[in-house]
Amino acid sequence: MATSSERSPPPFPDSEEQDVLDTEEVANRATDDDDDDGEDLFLSPTNQSLAEMEPTLPPTSQNSDFLIQPPIDIMSDPLIDPIISPEENKPAAEVVSEPSDDFVDLTNNGTDSPDDTGTADSTKDTSEIPLDEPSDEFFDILGSESGAPQEEVVVADVTVEASKSEDTDPPLDDETGSKVEQAKETSTDPIINITGDLPASDTQQPPTTNKIADPLLDLFSDTPAVDAKKPIQPIPDLFEDEGSDLFTEPRQTKPAKQPQKSLFGEPDEDLFAEPLGATSKKTISQEPKTVTPKPSGDGGDKGANQREPADIFTEEAVITAPTVSKTPGATSKTNGVHSEEDTDIFAEATVELSLDSPHNERKKDMTAKPSASAPSLAAAAAAASLTKPQSAALEELEEEEEEEEEDDKFEINVSVTNPEKIGDGMNAYMAYKVSTETTLPMFRTKTFTVRRRFSDFLGLYEKLSEKHGPNGFIVPPPPEKSILGMTKVKVGKEDSSSTDFVERRRGALERYLQRVVNHPSLIQDPDVREFLEREELPRAVNTQALSGAGFLKMINKATDAVSKMTIKMNESDVWFEEKLQEVEAADQLFRKLHTLVESLVVHRKELSLNTASFAKSAAMLGSAEDNTALSRALSQLAEVEDKMEQLHQEQAANDTFSFAELIADFIRLLGAVRGSFDHRMKAWQRWQDAQSMLQKKRETEAKLLWANKPDKLQLAKEEIVEWEAKVTQYERDFERVSATVRKEVIRFEKERTKNFKRQIIKYMESLLQSQQQVMKYWEAFLPEAKAIA
Amino acid sequence: PIRSVSVDLNNDASLLIDIPDALCERDKVKFTVHTKTTLSSFQKPEFSVPRQHEDFIWLHDTLVETEDYAGLIIPPAPPKPDFEGPREKMHKLGEGEATMTKEEYTKMKQELEAEYLAVFKKTVQVHEIFLQRLSSHPILNKDRNFQIFLEYDQDLSVRRKNAKEMFGGFFKNMVKSADEVLISGVKEVDDFFEQEKTFLLDYYSKIKDSTAKAEKMTRSHKNIADDYIRISATLNITMSFVSLQKVEGRVASDQELKLTELLRYYMRDIQAAKDLLYRRARALADYENSNKALDKARLKSKDIPQAEEHQQQCLQKFDKLSESGKKELTSFKGRRVVAFRKNLIEMAELEIKHAKVRSSIQLYYICFIMCTNELQYAWGICKILCEQI
Repeated sequence: MATSSERSPPPFPDSEEQDVLDTEEVANRATDDDDDDGEDLFLSPTNQSLAEMEPTLPPTSQNSDFLIQPPIDIMSDPLIDPIISPEENKPAAEVVSEPSDDFVDLTNNGTDSPDDTGTADSTKDTSEIPLDEPSDEFFDILGSESGAPQEEVVVADVTVEASKSEDTDPPLDDETGSKVEQAKETSTDPIINITGDLPASDTQQPPTTNKIADPLLDLFSDTPAVDAKKPIQPIPDLFEDEGSDLFTEPRQTKPAKQPQKSLFGEPDEDLFAEPLGATSKKTISQEPKTVTPKPSGDGGDKGANQREPADIFTEEAVITAPTVSKTPGATSKTNGVHSEEDTDIFAEATVELSLDSPHNERKKDMTAKPSASAPSLAAAAAAASLTKPQSAALEELEEEEEEEEEDDKFEINVSVTNPEKIGDGMNAYMAYKVSTETTLPMFRTKTFTVRRRFSDFLGLYEKLSEKHGPNGFIVPPPPEKSILGMTKVKVGKEDSSSTDFVERRRGALERYLQRVVNHPSLIQDPDVREFLEREELPRAVNTQALSGAGFLKMINKATDAVSKMTIKMNESDVWFEEKLQEVEAADQLFRKLHTLVESLVVHRKELSLNTASFAKSAAMLGSAEDNTALSRALSQLAEVEDKMEQLHQEQAANDTFSFAELIADFIRLLGAVRGSFDHRMKAWQRWQDAQSMLQKKRETEAKLLWANKPDKLQLAKEEIVEWEAKVTQYERDFERVSATVRKEVIRFEKERTKNFKRQIIKYMESLLQSQQQVMKYWEAFLPEAKAIA
Repeated sequence: PIRSVSVDLNNDASLLIDIPDALCERDKVKFTVHTKTTLSSFQKPEFSVPRQHEDFIWLHDTLVETEDYAGLIIPPAPPKPDFEGPREKMHKLGEGEATMTKEEYTKMKQELEAEYLAVFKKTVQVHEIFLQRLSSHPILNKDRNFQIFLEYDQDLSVRRKNAKEMFGGFFKNMVKSADEVLISGVKEVDDFFEQEKTFLLDYYSKIKDSTAKAEKMTRSHKNIADDYIRISATLNITMSFVSLQKVEGRVASDQELKLTELLRYYMRDIQAAKDLLYRRARALADYENSNKALDKARLKSKDIPQAEEHQQQCLQKFDKLSESGKKELTSFKGRRVVAFRKNLIEMAELEIKHAKVRSSIQLYYICFIMCTNELQYAWGICKILCEQI
């Protein structure tokens, strides 16, 4: 059972309830409610460990809060944190006298002085939008998003107007700049421009605006570069230059970003992106890299009017020091973190920072929500990874990703396309085209395509999770087999639900593969290469037996049993404990969200149907109407409603593919995260067992010594040596797994934030576009209605 | 306040009626009917009286039953106040309270309260419109019962119809529809009415269908708004969902107000016009029967003067009915077109406005999620936006 759990695809909403029930049976626990049981599963262990190990921690009430109020933490944390961390930075840097007011000031200043910052202005504009016409320009922007590159120009202009009312000259060079840039992603570009501008303009403001700029500046990785440049620019030029600077600067900074990237990006990046095995040498070479920029950053700040960028470092510098020294002292037997190289200490520091820093307390105070303290884990992740997400512009993210890939010799893109039904009847199966584009030297060619069936994907997962799961890696899970969905496909029903199913699955498989190949360690696995490259793959036999709901159920039972058993370990590392709780809470949240979004989809489809039937009916009414103009208007109305129906349908698809599926992915991934925690516990268990075995052997030795049996004594001594080696080995294993899990979880959270943000934006954009359409349709209808006489 | 249904009222300042206030007591809604007039037939120039829904029904019924008004389209009676929808939802919400987070529950409750308020307002409006239609009608506004309804400052204490009468009414309706089939056999003598009959019958069935479909559509819209509430309550960060839900809810209620209510009202109005046609057809049948009776009397040379007189009366009645009916139906047509025009324009404008607001919320949301991770700030912006709407 224990072994099978290693390759468990994590549970999914559908199977969940049964599973929980089953676990209940296994555990002989009497609980009336499924949900409660789920909570209990995780509540009880945590309580224990809390009580045993950490008497200082606030007791149960806090725990239950995590579970009762999950929404606040999980979702908000990675995103809200940035606000708080800058605040925290300031006391650390000891520059600003009144740090706590910032948030308030931010908004106040913004609205009071219109020319202060871009943000402030947009605040103003926002409030005006519904009232006057600017909204129209506004909408043009939106229209252009999907349009041709030239239209981006308009976007740029309007943005300038929006963010700088006195700034009327159209920045020409930027337009070209943006044209070049948006080659990558047209739809997001205009917004990126805005994003880019805000920080840029902020920095150029006279010192009075510092306070407003503060939180923002910290958010943007651009700023340090901008700051560094600042002294060069004569101050009087501020306003003259602004127009062009606004736009050019973000681009100019690009070359300059390289060093800056290593300031911010790399400490995290390399730590987590680097395959574990490869660390030792590289870390050494990175160490200077991360350190050297500090002085230059500080110097630049002193020279200029700002000290924001310094915050980031000072914070690290100030806080790392104590924590690093604290860790070894406080935790004697955990984690392997301190036993690793410097890099890890650094990582530890970043993490500890948000665990132990004043930040927590303040957060607790500020938002009297009890959950706020736990989530600071997410904060930890955020803090660790935020330097990047903070930079926020999607494009930048992507750029950095690309850069990152380049740095790590990571260049691979996988797509899953052309789902095709092979065979007939119940033996039919779906095959997919898996195309790879890569510059990685490990592959023989740059592009290649193979055909894979669904069970091959499952087979790959099993191999990977068998190999890498026990080491603490989060192996991305594939979508689970769906008997119902496949049966429909097999029967050959060509209805929308089966095409929906196929498309959903194709998307899920693609995202799964992308996650695998983008994982720095997993891509090195020969099985992955084989999966992508080899023409004929040996049939993955065992997946047949293992697929389906029964399999899932069994696995879940096993996993839960294991976790229940092993979770009793004296968790000496708060980080893991809190993370696990966080994962649990996130899991529940996402499950709930998934149900809600599914119901949204259902209702949207309903609306689409009802709109269609109203459209028909309105057309009939139009034909019955004897007033010609009214008759025409009614049939126009019918047409509008027809188009609306289309929009609702598209939106339902959007709800499904960009929102519901995203959530489903996360639920699966959270299961995998939980799996990695389980593996860590197993490693711990093994170490503990070895220790008690060693203890026994020593006792035996003592007895033998007492009984004076030298012949057996020799054997016992050998055994002790053997077990001592094992204990050392297992301890090291445990430390290694712990370190990996930690890295993996941080990597996962970083990915999640990035992903989630991107998806939400994508989703919002789809909503936005459909609103554009709605507006267009009704605007076309309006004259018809007015023509009724 | 926006009128839910515009009924082209040639606002005559001599008799102005409104319902400024209403009180909901359990199942009863008490309306305060306020009148301002320059007509000498009233004792005072301004007064208010308390009235219940049943009083409105009584007034409507007496008008329908008045022989003299047979040639008029009697404005349709306001529908019975129906708070069942929101009430039932509230009940369900109470039952489901355990499965929701506190926040979710509060939000849902607020939304329901808003819905309840909307239904209440709508109820007041349909009652008001009924009275305004009467007051703007050149003949009906002089009706004695109408004046009593407006002026009598005590409870009218209209006796509610007892079961037998209710059944009678029901029976009458049955007879009426059976009659209708019968009378449709009568050969129409006037092309105008022939056309009008075909038109109204066809139109009625179409508008009835459209009303049902529009109601369904509006309901789906509300469901989506509810989904948004729940999602936003679950997902604290998606502030934009909160605003979206508000807008979505508004789209639904505006659609309800501008489209569904319009269709619903004209469905009833067309029924009233159909009733007029029915009464006329009945008079025509009476006239033909009286002709036959006269022929018979002449044949038998018995009671000829009485038969002649009856025949004359029937003819007169029929002619009078036809004349006023023609006028009424023509004016009805104009009224309908104007009302449709107004409501369709308003609806289109509201849809555009909502789409704009939604877009701006979404755009700002996108901007802010991209340029800050700081959602509280973005939320502040959205809030400002929402308050401006």
